[in-house]
Amino acid sequence: MGKAKVNQGIDLSSYKDVWVFAEQREGEVVNVSLELLGIGRKLADARNSKLFAVLIGACAESYTESLIQYGADGVLFVKDDKLNQYSTEMYTQVISNLINERKPEIFLVGATTIGRDLGPRISARVGTGLTADCTRLEIDEADGKLLQTRPAFGGNLMATIITPDNRPQMSTVRPGVMEKCEKDTSRKGNVEIINNKLDFSKDKVDFVELVKHMKEQVQLEEAKVIVAGGRGLGNKEGFELLDQLADKLNGVVAASRAAVDQGWVDHDRQVGQTGKTVRPKLYIACGISGAIQHVAGMHEAECVIAINKNEDAPIFNVANYGIVGNVYDVVPKLIDALDQVDDILKAVE
Amino acid sequence: MRIVVCVKQVPDTNEVRIDQATGTLIREGVPSIINPDDKNALEAALQLKDQNENVEVVVLCMGPAQAKEAIKEALAMGADRAVLLSDRAFAGSDTWATSTILAAAVAKIGDFDVVLCGRQAIDGDTAQVGPQIAEHLDLPQVTYVQNIAKNGDKLRVERALEDGHYVLDVEMPVVLTAIKELNEPRYPSVSGIYNYFDDSERPEILMWNVNDIDVDMTQIGLKGSPTKVNKSFVPTQKFEGERLEGSAKEAVRKLIVRLHERQLV
Repeated sequence: MGKAKVNQGIDLSSYKDVWVFAEQREGEVVNVSLELLGIGRKLADARNSKLFAVLIGACAESYTESLIQYGADGVLFVKDDKLNQYSTEMYTQVISNLINERKPEIFLVGATTIGRDLGPRISARVGTGLTADCTRLEIDEADGKLLQTRPAFGGNLMATIITPDNRPQMSTVRPGVMEKCEKDTSRKGNVEIINNKLDFSKDKVDFVELVKHMKEQVQLEEAKVIVAGGRGLGNKEGFELLDQLADKLNGVVAASRAAVDQGWVDHDRQVGQTGKTVRPKLYIACGISGAIQHVAGMHEAECVIAINKNEDAPIFNVANYGIVGNVYDVVPKLIDALDQVDDILKAVE
Repeated sequence: MRIVVCVKQVPDTNEVRIDQATGTLIREGVPSIINPDDKNALEAALQLKDQNENVEVVVLCMGPAQAKEAIKEALAMGADRAVLLSDRAFAGSDTWATSTILAAAVAKIGDFDVVLCGRQAIDGDTAQVGPQIAEHLDLPQVTYVQNIAKNGDKLRVERALEDGHYVLDVEMPVVLTAIKELNEPRYPSVSGIYNYFDDSERPEILMWNVNDIDVDMTQIGLKGSPTKVNKSFVPTQKFEGERLEGSAKEAVRKLIVRLHERQLV
């Protein structure tokens, strides 16, 4: 271990197929893994190869079925109760052994707090490159290589990364970035139970307990309407106003990094490159300048409204509708107007 | 107990601008800072030093000569000594090559119990270097660390998840990566700031180049990096939006009409 090297002139043609790490938490496969199967399916088709999900620990049969229904050709299932709880070392061993034995061409991992721990460790053990937080993955038609596009410098620049001489080509992708395939309940595939020889003595980290937060989880990724606030709100109290607007629209409140850094809002509400990626029907940006790292997390919203007193704020470049004005002036009027929609529409007719 | 803290000097990405014509970074006038998560890593090391006897905190930084400024700040905060890794051979390193170099330097510093890194740097946001250092050194790792306490001859750490955290006991030596929830980094002390300006008072900053560490030249720099930048570009903005003019009240009324057309209200 710790002895792998890169750029050793390996035979690239001996590597084939696309693998996705099917991450389970307490026996449930997380959503981002299904999203990865969506893009993994496209990549496998473009390479005329197969798509496999790698599942570790105990998981109900319904989950192995759903991995196939969401696009996998097969599941490599390392079914071992000792692996139910995530362990950096043991998961790295399992997957690195499998990679060395079966040689996948591409390996995708969800950029969860676990995936971002596991991905780099595996890449270092097998001796290959890893590209973090990719927002686009495609096959280069000319040479079949994986083109991995990701934001750099806080999203001010996009870079397309390749891993020309090492395999597998590894990428992590954040939740919400890729789209799932349509679920196909007629799809069939093989679930192969893997019996791996593992050295548990290598694991120097003892699991003591898992503490779950009691607070209500904010499901920004699932929200249809999001009202987001930024530095322009000026204070924490401004978010109470946004709460009222969100209530009127059955939406949830989110924030830019600037507002989170000020301590006005919890980090789990942050939208942007280092926060959540969202795709609601309606996104109302209040007092958000629209730095590109914020836009990276919300530009796939169907309809964006920007309210900002600075008419040059870049948020207006990505807004379907822009109102130049003070949030504290515009938002209360918008809340009122939402109570009078019929009257307003009549007045227009 | 010896703690090695890896810090990176980064451009303050909140201030970064791109030259739209050339697609290159405008570095001029952009302040350089210690990477925020690395400051939390340093603070955690300094707290262990405050709470325990005989703890030495060594700062390790890879970068060009001007990264000395970041090191001086770390020393002013209370680190005992520092190493700056600087060599043209390191240029163009991706996370594999960077972690290879840093791991070699950590090994040379030697006799360490904890290697602390920030979770990720704001100019790359990869979060890969910490785990890769751990693998190169064949050490256990815990990332996303939000609490650290001594527990006998082990460390008891809390490791953040999306919806909670793990409590873990880990043997030393170990690599830990810090998140901002771990602590509130201190400001440099008055004497630290004084020393900051005074070369004779400041603790030693060792300057190491590629010849000072035991590293395979085929595994570092641009050539030793498995990932390559194929191309880079300025992201395009795709919407052509509509400005709703008039008083706030008028603008809001127009908005209601538009939203109704889209069946959003």
